Amino acid sequence: MTAVVSASKLSLTFKTKDGPVEALSDVNLEIERGEFVSFIGPSGCGKTTFLRVLADLETPTAGIVSINGETPANARSDRAYGYVFQAPALLPWRNVADNIALPLEIMGYTKAEQQKRVKRTLDLVNLTGFEKKFPYQLSGGMQQRASIARALAFDADILLMDEPFGALDEIVRDHLNEQLLKLWEDTRKTICFVTHSIPEAVYLSTKIVVMSPRPGRVTDIIESPLPKQRPLEIRDTPEFLKIAHRVREGLRAGHSYEEDA
Amino acid sequence: MNLTDLQRAIAIFAGVAGGAGLAAALADAASPIYLGFFLAGLLTLLRFRVAMSLWVDGALALAGAAILVVSLPGFEETAPLHVWLALVAVWMFSWLFIEELSFSITGGRLPERPLGLVIPLVFGLMLVFVWEVVTRGAQIPQVLLPPPSTIWMRILDSVPILFADFIQTFVKAVLSGYAMGCGAGFVVAILVDRSPFLKRGLLPIGNFVSALPIIGIAPIMVMWFGFDWPSKAAVVVAVTFFPMLVNTVAGLNESGHIERDLMRTYAANYWQTLLRLRLPMAMPFIFNALKINSTLALIGAIVAEFFGTPIVGMGFRISTEVGKLNIDLVWAEIAVAAVSGSVFYAVIALIERAVTFWHPSIRTGRT
Repeated sequence: MTAVVSASKLSLTFKTKDGPVEALSDVNLEIERGEFVSFIGPSGCGKTTFLRVLADLETPTAGIVSINGETPANARSDRAYGYVFQAPALLPWRNVADNIALPLEIMGYTKAEQQKRVKRTLDLVNLTGFEKKFPYQLSGGMQQRASIARALAFDADILLMDEPFGALDEIVRDHLNEQLLKLWEDTRKTICFVTHSIPEAVYLSTKIVVMSPRPGRVTDIIESPLPKQRPLEIRDTPEFLKIAHRVREGLRAGHSYEEDA
Repeated sequence: MNLTDLQRAIAIFAGVAGGAGLAAALADAASPIYLGFFLAGLLTLLRFRVAMSLWVDGALALAGAAILVVSLPGFEETAPLHVWLALVAVWMFSWLFIEELSFSITGGRLPERPLGLVIPLVFGLMLVFVWEVVTRGAQIPQVLLPPPSTIWMRILDSVPILFADFIQTFVKAVLSGYAMGCGAGFVVAILVDRSPFLKRGLLPIGNFVSALPIIGIAPIMVMWFGFDWPSKAAVVVAVTFFPMLVNTVAGLNESGHIERDLMRTYAANYWQTLLRLRLPMAMPFIFNALKINSTLALIGAIVAEFFGTPIVGMGFRISTEVGKLNIDLVWAEIAVAAVSGSVFYAVIALIERAVTFWHPSIRTGRT
């Protein structure tokens, strides 16, 4: 197994008006091909920042990070990853099919190839039949599915997801989690997934990275013993609850000396 | 149908005007057709006993207007009292009619289309009608305010002059200046976006200049570019350039962080991001500038012609015919300017609806 993502002694300090803020401090992490890694922690723990460093949307101030053995900048120009943001960010003047075709247009795929891929990814996220709808005609969950399809369209090996379901209600969220697991199994991608929710992290992941704030650092890395096949009911099993407990302990440990958090 | 307080008040006032008109018409020994109209008006007070359709009010307003228009040319001096009461009654009945009509449409008892269009139509016709009756009935001097019918006759009589002026001012000066000014503003906005130096140097000046009354440079433009339409086009360019520049720059900054990050994750270059994300996002701003500029351009061209032109053009005609006291021709030019300006604006607004169909302000307006 080769490491798809590896970070060592990674630090990032933002300069703000109130002085420097340490968003990431000495983060060491290896992610293998095909893993589903969740990053969990309270606000300000640097989980989103870490994802943005991987995506070359932020530049670390110290340490080394590599994606597929390359720098993040090179990985970005190679279109090595698809990024799903907190908001769907669909372009309102494009219908669903054209929104999914957006990265394909930019990357210079032929019209025929674009159509083929749009059709396939729409199928992957169960949005077939909604090609001609405009974003404002879709529910929040459908919009986020369309944005996942857009990130999948150009077949990057890595999928970076920043709280994609954070704004959705619990029922929709459960449903999308199930679909995401199936999609992960079908496509064999490496997924980095930022979340606030302990059940979501435990349900989805093969590896859970627990982080704590000020400075943002990794407090625990949990390899999940849960099987690959995970029906929603698995969330009531003792194994599941045990992992969830450990995650909660990790989060609490990070908080123990934080009076203000 | 139940009446609102306002409708009840107008209805009482209309009926009373009918009664007073009946008395005045009898005293003035007016033609029997006036007596009939006033009597019908008085009888509408029965609406407080028996339900009455709003169409009765509409028909009465229409009948009264027809009677007034037919009898108007007969007055040699200020019209007698019953004419003014008839005008008041017509006004009240038409007001009551559109009041009830809009109430019925809002309440869903009558269809929005095409009846929704009747309301502004009746309102506009009413204004023209009152204008006509007051100017004729009160024998207002032509120099102060000619009646609309005189202006209309003048338009029909002077089609060749008006058309030549329209071509000179609107087609040559306004359209070419508008295209150049808006085009230049747009291109410079892209340059400003590309260059931090221009953004810091030019944009504050642009903001400053767009607030100035640039029309003052018109005499200088005449000296630079001569008397014919190019100097007017130059004024239009100067007037339209800065609003376009400032709005386009603002629009280009309209796209959010997430959308820009998204384009970055695709490793999209500047032009790809501009064409696929930032320009479409800027369209509401750009169309705003296009709409502002459509009126500014016409004003600029007409006023610029006050400072020297060959013997053709809307501004030239207005300034010289005022001197000759041909006020009806001045009004005819104003009417042409108003119509062409409105059509220009409407065309841009229609294109805007098609281009920015996705924008919430347009979407909610349509559903």
